[in-house]
Amino acid sequence: MRARLLAAVALTAVLASTAACGGGDDTATAPAGGASSAAGGSGAITVLAAASLTESFNQIGKDFEAANPGTKVTFSYGGSSTLAQQITAGAPADVFASASPATMKTVTDAGDGAGTPVTFVKNQLVIAVPKGNPKGITSLAALAKSDIKVALCAEPVPCGAAAKKALAAANVKVTPVTQEQDVKAALAKVKLGEVDAALVYRTDAKAASSDVDGIEFPESAQAINEYPIVALKSAPNAAGAAAFVGYVQSAAALKVLTDAGFQQP
Amino acid sequence: MPALVGLAFLVLPLAGLLVRAPWSSLPARLAEPGILAALRLSLLTSTLATAVSLALGVPLAWLLARTAFPGRRLVRALVTVPLVLPPVVGGVALLLVFGRRGLLGGWLDATFGFTLPFTTVGVVVAEAFVAMPFLVISVEGALRGADARYEEAAATLGASRWTAFRRVTLPMIAPGVAAGAVLCWARALGEFGATITFAGNFPGRTQTMPLAVYLALEQDLDAAIVLSLLLLVVSVAVLAALRDKWIFT
Repeated sequence: MRARLLAAVALTAVLASTAACGGGDDTATAPAGGASSAAGGSGAITVLAAASLTESFNQIGKDFEAANPGTKVTFSYGGSSTLAQQITAGAPADVFASASPATMKTVTDAGDGAGTPVTFVKNQLVIAVPKGNPKGITSLAALAKSDIKVALCAEPVPCGAAAKKALAAANVKVTPVTQEQDVKAALAKVKLGEVDAALVYRTDAKAASSDVDGIEFPESAQAINEYPIVALKSAPNAAGAAAFVGYVQSAAALKVLTDAGFQQP
Repeated sequence: MPALVGLAFLVLPLAGLLVRAPWSSLPARLAEPGILAALRLSLLTSTLATAVSLALGVPLAWLLARTAFPGRRLVRALVTVPLVLPPVVGGVALLLVFGRRGLLGGWLDATFGFTLPFTTVGVVVAEAFVAMPFLVISVEGALRGADARYEEAAATLGASRWTAFRRVTLPMIAPGVAAGAVLCWARALGEFGATITFAGNFPGRTQTMPLAVYLALEQDLDAAIVLSLLLLVVSVAVLAALRDKWIFT
């Protein structure tokens, strides 16, 4: 009986050490600078990204995995302010891509960023309305009408802050019926037909083009969101994090992003 | 020993709240208008939701306990579905039925121009949906335990069914109804997923305490702790007051 117990313990120890050895190989393949996209990174990479990056980053993740066999990128999407709070509270992640410098600042101020954040794309707001624009909305001023129900993002969320800036620039006062936690939740309310309009990003309206129409408005140019990305200081996979951050700035990734409706940084 | 671990598991997070609270700035924070608005809304909606649950749930419990009809077991199972359904799923389901384009909501909008989402009434509906099963189960259990012969005796003495229910059954099952109502109220007070999905989030109208805490977490951790403490104190106070008066008759 004791021999079997000893054997079991020994086997567990051997297995554990081989697993540790496998993980240790990651640090040997550090990528060179930010320009090269195919070098380095292996194992699992966890990326926390703003909700508006969902479709583009899913594609970029697949491209990265194809270019770097042996890697597996997992994404967690949400409102940038929610993600920033999770990171400062110690959530285990390798990379953070947010929809505004303000939410990125929450993370870097707490000392959780490794290096300086880099802006990799920009995004602009549009008015999302149900397909066919049943209420005939053509400008921001139309949102202030009393019979129009509008969903906005909550102010701490980047799309909410941008909406506030754009509305102020247009001198339009809109009282929303709800302040959503991230831009996809606001978009969902439009898709469901619960609200007549929502201020979301151009990329979100494009991604949901079968259900919503995106109405452009001039004041959006005064509330452009810059998207910074940074590897995190306590990243479990530091080499993978740096590799992914580098890849996101490559020409291939930029094409995916601009095709989705983002603007060059 | 496992009992002590269980107790510690339940109590330690609450102790953490107390330890971490910003006691020095507490009075100033409590005076902020948003906090009291959220508290007032929460108390109002959960009380209304409990009232709705009592009005609809007690007859339903009676139906399940006292009458035998085909498919009773299925109905009982269906009634308990909101208990196991994730609240967000409940919110989505409510939207599909009572939303502006929903099965019933569309008719409501066309006939009365009234929609439930984004209103305080919508919050009450969402909270009642998740909390009513607690009341139904509790009251049904009490009814099954109460001897039906007392009601039959009342009937032979000339009491109508309503009189028999009001003067004989209800006093017998009162502790069960009270326990169910308290559980229902507490569940409604803490509801988050169904509320934010169905009723949305707007300060003063649909932003209940749990929603306010969730939002405050992103901006100001101390504000979130203050809100949580407030909710904890109110809940404990109500539960403690009710327990002594009603449940131990």
